[in-house]
Amino acid sequence: MSELKTVISDQIKKHGKGRDALMPILQSIVEKNNYLTNENMVEIAKELDISAADVYGTASFYSFLETEERGRYVIRICKSITCDMKGKGKVLRTIQDMLKIKIGETTQNKKFSLLETNCIGLCDQGPAMLINDDFYNHLTPEKVREVLVDYIRNKN
Amino acid sequence: MSVNLKIDGINVSVEKGSTILDAAKKINIKIPTLCHHEDLCVAGNCRVCIVEVEGKNKLEASCATPAEEGMIIKTNTPKIRNARKDIISLLVSEHNTQCTTCYRSTNCELQALSSEHNIDHERFLSVLKPHTKIDKSSWSIEKDDSKCVRCQRCVRTCAELQHVNALTVSGKGKEMKISTFLNLPFSDVVCTNCGQCITHCPTGALTERRYFDEVWEAIGDPTKHVVVNTAPSVRVALGEMLGMPVGTRVTGKMVTALKKMGIDAVLDTDFTADLTIIEEGHELLTRLKSVLVDGDTSVKLPMMTSCSPGWVKFIEHMYPEYLGHLSSCKSPQQMFGALTKTYYAEKNNINPKDIVSIAIMPCAAKKFEANRPEMRDSGYQDIDAGLTTRELGHMIKQAGLNFAELEDTKYDSFMGDSTGAAVIFGATGGVMEAALRTAYEVVTGREVPFKNLNILPVRGLEGIKEATIKIEGCLPAWSFLEGAELKIAVAHGLINARQIMDMIVAGECPYHFIEVMACPGGCIGGGGQPIPTNNEIRLKRIKAIYDEDEGMPIRKSHENPEVTKIYADFLEKPLGHTSHKLLHTKYRKRNRY
Repeated sequence: MSELKTVISDQIKKHGKGRDALMPILQSIVEKNNYLTNENMVEIAKELDISAADVYGTASFYSFLETEERGRYVIRICKSITCDMKGKGKVLRTIQDMLKIKIGETTQNKKFSLLETNCIGLCDQGPAMLINDDFYNHLTPEKVREVLVDYIRNKN
Repeated sequence: MSVNLKIDGINVSVEKGSTILDAAKKINIKIPTLCHHEDLCVAGNCRVCIVEVEGKNKLEASCATPAEEGMIIKTNTPKIRNARKDIISLLVSEHNTQCTTCYRSTNCELQALSSEHNIDHERFLSVLKPHTKIDKSSWSIEKDDSKCVRCQRCVRTCAELQHVNALTVSGKGKEMKISTFLNLPFSDVVCTNCGQCITHCPTGALTERRYFDEVWEAIGDPTKHVVVNTAPSVRVALGEMLGMPVGTRVTGKMVTALKKMGIDAVLDTDFTADLTIIEEGHELLTRLKSVLVDGDTSVKLPMMTSCSPGWVKFIEHMYPEYLGHLSSCKSPQQMFGALTKTYYAEKNNINPKDIVSIAIMPCAAKKFEANRPEMRDSGYQDIDAGLTTRELGHMIKQAGLNFAELEDTKYDSFMGDSTGAAVIFGATGGVMEAALRTAYEVVTGREVPFKNLNILPVRGLEGIKEATIKIEGCLPAWSFLEGAELKIAVAHGLINARQIMDMIVAGECPYHFIEVMACPGGCIGGGGQPIPTNNEIRLKRIKAIYDEDEGMPIRKSHENPEVTKIYADFLEKPLGHTSHKLLHTKYRKRNRY
């Protein structure tokens, strides 16, 4: 059984074969691979006996279920007004300069993707961002440089 | 259990579970709606139907709020009118308001609402996205997102009535749109082309692909001989396009109109509907013999009808392992096309390359069917263009004809003769009834044992209808059927078709012969029929179909004199060599996802 099928069948064991299983399946694939491929969505549709359009509709609704190819580390910088006022602009420019990508893009080595996100509930600690599930707060150009250097050097 | 409430000062009592909108309808209070459709589940997303409920601060959507005991409702106050105007204005601000060039102009629910509420175009800034591309990839359906109000009626239609789920809602917020899988073009996804999304769309976002310009072109070309065949259910619905009441039969006026438009020969798809019955009836009897007498396991029962191209594409996508159950008969449209460019051409001494054959259909899927690559058995494309009832309505208006005043004309001959059995093809259960009228008589030599030939158990709007017919007193050739009970079923709407297919998959299908029509109500409710369509309208069109049947001098397919003649002159015998070449076809597996 392929890795994907194992992920799907594990979730079906837990949640049954109904539509209820769709979200946990989508989440666990994104957790593993960072994004859903078209083939993933077709495979899920087959297993749950629903249409591929249904799977796509659900996946495209949620910001954290990516349907486009993403790097191993997805940086989501908060785009809401509080972070903006606290100097997000400079932080964002630093990231873009360091990684040579713009918002929505992925580095050539597929290590990083840069996205914007709606409020992540850290308004008192802005500017804030997420890298995958880890959050980083009180960001400055210097701090974000340190964080990214650590990822570039020490993480695969 | 009933609940009592007061709407605009009038007391009304409704069943528990009814909505405020239902209650208002009951006492003839009109609340405007947009995302609501009688055929579909409640969505409550457009908010146009808001009302005031005493004791509540916010306005409630009447389509989505259950009526409760003691409620006091107001439907027409300044607060409601202002809010409603804002709601409609916001919808308009996202809408492509180039109504003058829209196919649905004057038949658009948003246009009607805006006009009714005197919407000021400047109230909100237009946020219409520029340059949305219209998806014209499908032979049958066009999708223009700039006209979509995201009411999701199409999505609900595709899911609830058809269980195809080709359409979904993708993205959210301002990025939200009605989309196929990965927003692929219609031609590449699992879509049956049934067109129910079109008839349920309130605006011009979903429309059929139009071919009337090509048809006018052909009519104007003196070197072309233009032949039209009109489907049974067009004659009971076309009047609605031209200002006549629902359920008006306009057969004779339609023929006159087509002739005045310059069509060279106006013929009747009913002729090949009768032919379908002969071919399909014999196919059924042959299959029964193979299975019951010869024990041939390669022959599949139940046999299922193949007249509905939406249904055929559905089974090709969803149940490709079961294609053997489909009758190999082409649909009447395609039989007509194949015969027009062979038999008709030969008899009239016309070069088939100069013939343009046009089908007027209640259907969107027929457009795709006409363009199937295998539908070229005459050596040419058998049907050059398939038009909907709506397109014909437009052409009649374009021709400037005063339709209601036209006299009646008979169809041209030949391939213009028809029977009552052929007319009822247009209603769910009709193909079955017509087949039984003929098959029973072939086997027993007697008329089918139903009063006045009316096989009532297969009529009506119930999703799946069934009947059992005991065969007694067989003619010698069919003695193997003596005493047999023929079990039949009729399904309409693909969600019901799926139920039948799942019975077959589970090996629990008791039937021998099954009629399936993709659209709810059969062709009278087809994706090419006038808009709106709902059950009340379906029933009126169905009544008109059966009235037409009762009014016909001949009501059995095998008694159609032109059918007898075509076998004598051209086809030789049912399921014979020529029949196989021109009237039968093969199916193919298509992608499931």
